[in-house]
Amino acid sequence: MIMGRDWKFYAQLGLTIVLCLFIMIPVVMSALAGVTVNVFKGLSSGLTLRWIFEVWDLYAASIVRSLGISIACLLVTLVAGVPLAYVLVRRPGRLTRLFEELLTLPVAIPGLALALALLITYGGFGQYRMSWLFILTGHVLFTLPFMVRSVAAVMAAMDMKTLEEGAASLGAGFWRRFFGVIVPNAKPGILAGALMVVTLSIGEFNLTWMLHTPLTKTLPVGLADAYASMRLEIGSAYTLIFFVLIVPLLIAMQAFADTAKRPPKRDDTAEDTI
Amino acid sequence: MSLMQNIKEGRSRPSFLSPVLARVFGQATPGAGSPAILLLLITPGLVIVAAFFLIPMALVAMRVADGPDGWATYFVILTNGRYFASLVQTLVMSAGVTFCALVLCGICGLFLVRNRFAGRNMITALLTLPLSFPGTVVGFMVIMLAGRQGAIGSMTNALFDEKLVFAYNISGLFIGYLYFSIPRVILAVMASAQKLDPQLEEAARSLGAPTWRVVKDVILPGLMPGLISSGAICFATAMGAFGTAFTLATDIDVLPMVIYTEFTRNANVAVAASLSIALGAMTWAFLASVRYFAGNSGDVAARGGA
Repeated sequence: MIMGRDWKFYAQLGLTIVLCLFIMIPVVMSALAGVTVNVFKGLSSGLTLRWIFEVWDLYAASIVRSLGISIACLLVTLVAGVPLAYVLVRRPGRLTRLFEELLTLPVAIPGLALALALLITYGGFGQYRMSWLFILTGHVLFTLPFMVRSVAAVMAAMDMKTLEEGAASLGAGFWRRFFGVIVPNAKPGILAGALMVVTLSIGEFNLTWMLHTPLTKTLPVGLADAYASMRLEIGSAYTLIFFVLIVPLLIAMQAFADTAKRPPKRDDTAEDTI
Repeated sequence: MSLMQNIKEGRSRPSFLSPVLARVFGQATPGAGSPAILLLLITPGLVIVAAFFLIPMALVAMRVADGPDGWATYFVILTNGRYFASLVQTLVMSAGVTFCALVLCGICGLFLVRNRFAGRNMITALLTLPLSFPGTVVGFMVIMLAGRQGAIGSMTNALFDEKLVFAYNISGLFIGYLYFSIPRVILAVMASAQKLDPQLEEAARSLGAPTWRVVKDVILPGLMPGLISSGAICFATAMGAFGTAFTLATDIDVLPMVIYTEFTRNANVAVAASLSIALGAMTWAFLASVRYFAGNSGDVAARGGA
C-alpha cells in the first residue's frame, strides 16, 4: 500500500462516496417513488403496488415488444456477427479493416442521424415502416459492431490456426470445423456480446424515438411518454420495472467481464468496459 | 456452379471467382475456409451495412441539396448564426463534461484500485450501475436529483428555505451527461490503474520527488491511455446524445435537439440532414483522429448505450 490512511485517504474516500451518492440517490428515489401512494406527501402516505399495475396496464405491449425486438436483434447479430468476426480475424487485410471501420460507423454517428437516414430511405415503404421490423433494423445496425468486437476479441486471443489445422487434418470439413471447433471456443465472446446486444437493444432510445409509430412503441419510448405526460409515480414505477429488467443483465455483464479478465489476456480496451 | 459446390462441400476448390476472392481475402491458409466460404460468411453483414447504412447515408447526402440554398445547405451549420451557436454550445458542454468526468473518475478510480477497505467492491459496482441506462432514464435521474421534487431542491428547501431547481436547462443536461459518463470513465481508469507499476512510484518517491511530481510524471502518464480513450468516447457520446435533453426540456439548444426540431416540427428535412451529416462527420473524425494519434484507444465499441 502506497498511501497510508491519512487525510488524503479520507479526502479521496469522501469524493468517491459523493460520486456514489450522486449515482445512487436518484435511483433509490425513483424506485421508492414508484411504490409510494403519493410522492408529494412522501413515504408517510404509505406504500403501494398500484402504480406498477397501472404501468403494466398502460405499457405492457411496449415492454413485451422491446423484449421481442431485443431477442430478434440478438438472433440477427449472431447470424451476421459471428461469421463476420471470424472473417475479420482470420483474414486481416486492408479491405477487411476498411469494412470493420464501416461496420463501427453506426456507433460513432449519432443515432439521430442514422434514424434520419433510414426514414428518408425507407419511409415510403409503408408496410415495413409501420412494423417493428423497422425498429429492429436500427437496433441491428447499432448493436452489430458490439457483437463483432466481442467475438473477434476472443477469436483473436485463441490459436485459431492450430485448432483449424488440427481439425482439418482429422478430416473435418469447413462447416464441421466452424460449428464444432470455432464457435464453441469463441463462446465467452459470443456470450458477452449477446448480453451487450440485448442490454443495448432494450435501452435504445435515440434511434427508436425517430423510427417508432404509435403502434410500435418500445420500452424506452413508453418511458419518455410516461415522463412527459403521466404523474411522477407512474414514471417512477415504469423506471423501476426497467431497472428490474436491466440490472440483472448489467450484473451478469460485469461478472462476465471479471471472469474473462482474470487469466492474463491480450490488451483490449473494448473488452475493459464490457 | 463450382462456387456453390465449394460452399456446400466446404472445400477449397478453384472456381472462376477464385482469383478475385483471393485478392480480396488474401491467399488461403490451410484450415481456413475457401474464399467462396469466406464470402458467404461475410455476406449477411455486408448486406446489412450496404442496405441499411451506406445507401441511406448516400441518400441523405443527396437530400441536402434539396434545401432552400441548394448545395450551400451543406454548410448551414457554419453559415447560419443559430446553428453555429448551437454547435459551439454543444462542443463546449461536451468538452466540459469530459473534463469533469476525467478529473472526478481519475481520482476515484485510482483510489478504488489502490485501497482495500470494507464496501469497496460494492462502491465499484454502484458507480458502474448506469452503464447502459438510456438517455431518457438518465434525464429522469436528473429530475429526481435536481427537479422540482428533487433531492437537492428538498435539501436546500430544508436548509435555506429556498428550492434549488436546475434540472430543466443546460446545467441539468450537464449533470445528466456527467451521470452517464462516470461508469465508463471509472472502468477505463481502473483498468489502466491496475497496470501501473507501483515500483516506479516508489522509485520516484525514494529519489525525493514530491507527491505532485509523482502524480504528474509517473501516475498520469500511466493512466493516459485509459483517460484518452474514455475521454474520447465520453465526448463523442455527449455530442450525439438526445434522450436526456428530450426528457429534460425541448428548448435546450444542443445540436441533436436542433436536428430533431428541424425535422419533426419544421419538416425541414434538408437542413436536418445537413446538420446530421455535420454532426456525424465531426464525431467520427474526432474518434478516428484520437485513434490515429493515440493508438487503438478511441474505440467506439467501448461506448455502450448512448
